[in-house]
Amino acid sequence: MAATPAATNAAQRRRALLLVFFCTVIGAFSQILIKTGATELAQQVAHPGLIHAAEGMFTNPYLFAGYALYGVSAVLMVLALRDGELSMLYPVIALTYVWVSVLSFFIFRESLPPMKLSGISLIVIGVAVLGRKVKS
Amino acid sequence: MALVVVGSFIGSFGAVLLKAGAGRLERSIHSVITNWRLGAGVVLYGLSSVFFVLATTKGELTILYPLVSLGYLWTLIWAKLFFAEPLTRYKFLGVGLILAGVFMLKLSSG
Repeated sequence: MAATPAATNAAQRRRALLLVFFCTVIGAFSQILIKTGATELAQQVAHPGLIHAAEGMFTNPYLFAGYALYGVSAVLMVLALRDGELSMLYPVIALTYVWVSVLSFFIFRESLPPMKLSGISLIVIGVAVLGRKVKS
Repeated sequence: MALVVVGSFIGSFGAVLLKAGAGRLERSIHSVITNWRLGAGVVLYGLSSVFFVLATTKGELTILYPLVSLGYLWTLIWAKLFFAEPLTRYKFLGVGLILAGVFMLKLSSG
């Protein structure tokens, strides 16, 4: 137990950030599955309502797998929140959109126009800025 | 559109409850099961995503994600209110950049 409280805190913060990072990667896979499932659901039911959406979570394989991964990412989030600040960790989830775009590029061969790349860059910069400490 | 805003609001409260519950976690199954804050957080989190799925099926995709991200802004406020976390200008700047980024991302993909 050589670690000083300050060092322990820094290690905890790093661990929390790392957990949220994994949370966003898994969350991206989950979103792609949910989007696929929701699209399928919309084709099966003319006007899906709240009941259909809830039912689809169990009957549609894509939605089911998507929500299962969503659950995994939520568990990681809870573990991260135990040690980190909510106001810092929660917005980091936005990295999910970055991974979704990257995954869509590779899996669905969606294009990455300059506008989209700029958006991705802004999110990454935003996440980097978020974690900065105010020097006193 | 209303669906997504309501969903983001519910989701941000879910995050608050998850944080409150996470702080009370111990290394036993019992402490996880009897942690009502955690349970309520998960329910709200799930409920918000049902709203998002509904919104998706109603074809609100372009504005869907930027509005979901409004949850980050709500969460900054709740974190200050409930957990006395410092609201630095970097946090606002960071969330602002993220919101702008998400908006651009969705503008380009439609």
